[in-house]
Order: sequence, then C-alpha cells, then structure tokens
Amino acid sequence: MTFWTDPINFIAVWLRGLLTGWGLGVDLANILLALLGIIILIVFAMVLDIILVWIERKVVARFQNRLGPNRIGPFGIFQPFADIVKLVIKEDITPDGADKVVYNIAPVLAATAVIVLWAILPLASTIYGVDLNVALLYLVAAGALGTLSIVMAGWASNNKYALLGAFRMVATMISFEIPMVVVLLIPTIITGTMSVKGITEFQGGGGVWIFILSPLAAVIFIISAIAELGRAPFDLNEAESEIVAGFHIEYTGMKFGWFYASELLHSFTFGGFIAILFFGGYNFFGLEKYPLLGVLIFLAKALFFYWVIMWVKYSMPRIRIDHMLAFCWKFLTPLSFVLLIVTALLNKLLATSNFYLLGMFLANAGIAWATIEILRAYARRQRNPENATQPPPPYREVPEGGDPTPALNLSKGSNPLLGAEIPLPPKCGGSQ
Amino acid sequence: MSIPLSWFLILSAALFSIGFFGVLARKNAIAILLGIELMLNAVNINLVAFWRYLDPAKMAGQVFAIIVFAVAAAEVAVGLALIVSVYRRRQTVVADEVDLMKW
Amino acid sequence: MTPDQIIFILTAALIISSALMVVTTRNLIHAALWLVAALFGVAILYAVLNAGFFVVVQVVVYIGAIAILFIFAVMLTRREMRDRGPQLRKNWWLAALLGMLAFSGLAFLLINQADINRSAAVIPAGLDTLGALGAALVSPDLYLLPFEVASILLLAALIGAVYLAATRK
Repeated sequence: MTFWTDPINFIAVWLRGLLTGWGLGVDLANILLALLGIIILIVFAMVLDIILVWIERKVVARFQNRLGPNRIGPFGIFQPFADIVKLVIKEDITPDGADKVVYNIAPVLAATAVIVLWAILPLASTIYGVDLNVALLYLVAAGALGTLSIVMAGWASNNKYALLGAFRMVATMISFEIPMVVVLLIPTIITGTMSVKGITEFQGGGGVWIFILSPLAAVIFIISAIAELGRAPFDLNEAESEIVAGFHIEYTGMKFGWFYASELLHSFTFGGFIAILFFGGYNFFGLEKYPLLGVLIFLAKALFFYWVIMWVKYSMPRIRIDHMLAFCWKFLTPLSFVLLIVTALLNKLLATSNFYLLGMFLANAGIAWATIEILRAYARRQRNPENATQPPPPYREVPEGGDPTPALNLSKGSNPLLGAEIPLPPKCGGSQ
Repeated sequence: MSIPLSWFLILSAALFSIGFFGVLARKNAIAILLGIELMLNAVNINLVAFWRYLDPAKMAGQVFAIIVFAVAAAEVAVGLALIVSVYRRRQTVVADEVDLMKW
Repeated sequence: MTPDQIIFILTAALIISSALMVVTTRNLIHAALWLVAALFGVAILYAVLNAGFFVVVQVVVYIGAIAILFIFAVMLTRREMRDRGPQLRKNWWLAALLGMLAFSGLAFLLINQADINRSAAVIPAGLDTLGALGAALVSPDLYLLPFEVASILLLAALIGAVYLAATRK
C-alpha cells in the first residue's frame, strides 16, 4: 500500500501509528481518527457546496441565455464568497410569534439531512464513510429528516405562506417516497445487496451498469429524486409566484443560507446516488483501481447528473399540486410496482440464463412501450370532445372592486391533505 | 457489549409507564395516541433486547418487532383519521367531549 | 464504565426526558417533536443492540411517517395554532400514581427475576442478521403467515384511513 494507490488509508495507518506511538490506546486512536474523518468529509462537502453555488448560477445563466456572474474573479468564480459575506452580514430576524427554538433548529436539521447522506457515499473503492448493509433504507431515512425540517420551518415561522409551502412539500415528499423506495428495491434485487458499495462493486470489473439492466428504474428514480429535492417542476414548496418563498419565507441571512446550501448539496448528492445506483459510481473502465481517479470519476458523474437535474429544473414549467400528486399516485407508483414485480420474476427466471442482460433490458423496453401506449390511449380519450372534462373551476370569485390579496384556494375540499381544512386564522366564537 | 440486560428492561418499563401516564392523563385524543406510541416503542426495545441477549440466530424477536411497527403504523393512520373525522363533525378533539355513546 | 454504557446512559436520559416532555408539554406540536426526539433515542438504542435494520426503519417509519402524521393531525384539528389551558385532566395525579405503580411493579418483577443481569449473547461469526431476518419473514415454516397478515392489516388500515378522512361530497 503506497501513498499514490491508496492515499486515505495510507494516511490513516500512518496517523494511527503516530497516535498509538504517543501512548494513546488503540480504541481512542480509532475514535479520534473517525472524528477526523467525519470532519474532513463534512468540510469537503461544504467546500464543494460553495463551488456548487457558482456552478448553479453559471448553468442557469447559460440556460437562460445570460452570462451569469462574471465580475468577481475569473468567470466570476469568487461570486459565492461574496454571496456568503452578504448572507452572513444580513440582519438575522426571528419573526414575532415564531416558535423560536423550533424555528432555529429547522435549518440545522435541513443541513443535517443532507450531510448524513455523505456517510454512505463511496467516493472510491477505498474512500467511503461506512459500508452499511441497509444503506438504501438509510437514504430514505435521511429524506425523512429533511421532511421533518421542512414541517418544522413551515410551522414555526408563524406564516401562512410558509405553512402552505410546508404542507405542499410534505405531500410531495411522502407521495414520491413510495415510487422511490420501490425503485430502490430494483438495484437491490439485481445485486442482492442493499449496501451502496456492494451495488457499485457489482457494476465494476466486468459487470454492467444497472441502467442497462433497468433503464426505466433509473428514469423513475430521477423523477422521484427531483420531487424529493423539491426542485422544478416539483418546486411547489417555494413556488415564488404563488406563495412567495414557501417554507423558508421568514428566514434571513445565514439561516436562509443553510436551506439554500442544503438544497444545492442535496441535489448534488442525489446526482451522486443516481451515478452510484444506476451508472456504476466510481467505476470507469478499470480506472477505479486508483482511488484518487475514482474520486474524480465519481465527482464527474455526480456533476453530470446534477446538471441533468438543473437541466430539468430550468426548462420545465411548474406543475399544479393536484396534477403532481395524481402523477405520482396514478402513474409513477403503479408503474414502479409493475416494474418491481417484472424485475423480481425475471431476475429469478433468467438468473442462470445467457439472456439475462437482454431479457432485463427488453422487459424494461416492453413496459415502457406499454406505458406509452396506455398514455396515448388516455390522451386520445381526453382529446375526444365527448369525453372532455370540465375546465377546472376558477380559484376564487374576486369581488367587484378587486381583492389585492393573492387568491389562495383554501376552500374545503380543495386541499389535497386529508381533504380537510387548513387551519385559518382564529374564528370568532367558541367551538361547536 | 457490556450492558446488562436489566438496563434495557428497566428503561423500557420506565418508557412504558410514562406512555401509560400520558394515555390516562391527557385530554387531547392526539396526545393519547402519542402516549400509545411511547408504549409501543417500549415494547419494541424489549423485543429487540431479548433477541440480542438470548439467541441472535433466532429471529423471533426481530420479526415480532417488525409486526409491532406495522401495527403502530396502522393504528396511527386509522386513529388519526378517526380523530380528524370526529373533529370535522364535532369541532373537538378532547376525548371527554366525544361522549355520544356514553349513557 | 465502558463507552457503550456511557452511550446507553446518555441515550436513556434523552429518551426518558423527551418522553416526559411528550406527556406533559402543553403545546401539542412540541409534544410531537419531543416524541421525535424520544424515538430517535430508541433508534440509537437499536444501534447499540446491533440491530442496524431497526435503526433505519425506526427513522423511516416513526420519524418520517408517524411523527409527520401527528404534526399534520394536530394542525388539522386546531382552529388556533396555540394551545391554551391545561392539557391534563383534573385527576392527573391518579394517572401519575398508576404510572408509578406500573413502573415499580415492573421493576420489582424484573429485579427479582433470575439471570436478569446476563450479558449479551455473542453474535455467531458470519451470521448475516439482515439476511436471516429477511429469510425468516418469507419462509413458510417461520413467519410467512404473520408477515402476510401484517401486510393485509396495513392495507385495511390504508383503506380505512382514506375512507374515514375523505371529505364527503
């Protein structure tokens, strides 16, 4: 083991020798090394986050035919630092009537939900935080923490827009978690392990990318990941034109900064997971033998899928919430279940066959084709004037003379959450 | 692992009793459900601890715990749906005020 | 004191104090959030018990689904977002007494139990507990039937909850 083939472990072994040489116990040395590793990983993620801000701004500018930041440093590369300085020196406001503790914990939890994901990301064959045997469930569990942070932010802000944004976001995240979990089972079935590292190793060294075995699963995963991230076209949680900024409307300064930073890092991390689960992770034609190259390959792949997520974000219009939930429950969920059943059956039937790869791919292609045919038939029926559905009712009757407040549809029955009323301002009179 | 089994059992007994207190003493029906969740978790700690301390090769404890998870999820879903439904009709979630069936 | 004993005591303190907050705090949203803290402590205990699967399932099911449902239910059944007035019944002291009795009874039974301070069994080398759990859940001579019954229970609960909470047109 030399420095160039395995730098992290080389340094770890050296440090452990150094620490035990100083008279520390082996356990204590290991704990110290683990803490050091955690700190380095978090610092790495946060530095990457700073670069992501610049990338995001540059890429969105290009999509919108602008130049983007170009004043500070070459290509505006120092723009994020100016952003951070601005965020740090802004006034830090806690709104009146906010639930102070919950309000202040929420951004921390939002950042935590992302950073804990880095524990299971295998950056290279020898560079990873921990090789969990339930890593895919861990991915879902971290998403649960993110949901909680959004509920807390929305509720504690004491702001109706924030609460609406949180409600929408939670409806989205809980709904899209189902196709996501189902689709996560497909790499699990194919590779026989839930460990992210095991899935990556399956795809390296002569194995094929799971994308080739199950392209449909990759597509469903990308869609539900985008929904889970709350990015356009599923960005109803912060729909600027409807509810201003959603759950983080009241946050200023660095507290907003944490939400923003964790959103970007979350997108990048999910880009990384797409790369790992379906596109081979750090594997690239045998180059993964050198861990440092493996890290570069992994980051390049993750950046590519981050770019795909941005590409979708900046070219799609926002979807209405009922359309979005209907899309999840009536389309994505059944499709993913069908895919899961077919994959599980074929994986068992073709396990020893020579046509394993071809069979899997063709099954996916067949399901995709059938789905498109069903959708086409449905669209044809909808277009038929006899079956045309009524146009949706107007959101609210605006009284003569105009009502300057935005028309929020809070009437009973229009709320997709349990179909119940969203709490309105206190009404006069008692209960009953 | 150098923790005696009794520590887990005592902790779980304490958690169970706290949940029991919550169920008995709370007015709000949702808070009563919160107490039930605490009790179910206490049971789960016990089950997993017995699995770990008696025979890890036998999966009975873990399987039981999983079924408790499923029951807890079902119970919360139906319980909260009932509470929301009651609230919609009677505008109250105080368990004592839902007394139509009481003579 | 070994490190895992220290971890256990800290976690137990977290669980007990959050559980007490769950049953006594006035603000119901706070009660739900304290419940999250208590359940998180239970997840740490599962990690201490080498049950990795339960750690993540605890977070997914309890924190990701059940706690969120509670928060929603609290918000949906509240005209005002603040809770005023006492949240405990008038005879809460009786409940406290019963809780104490339950705890002391259980503790008494436990302490008098033989072999209660046994230490953990050794996990056999090469035992894949996750794989063994999965196999146990789907093998017909072990727990296939309870597993299926649980799934039917969940399906029934899903339908029932949708039916109960749906708005009648």
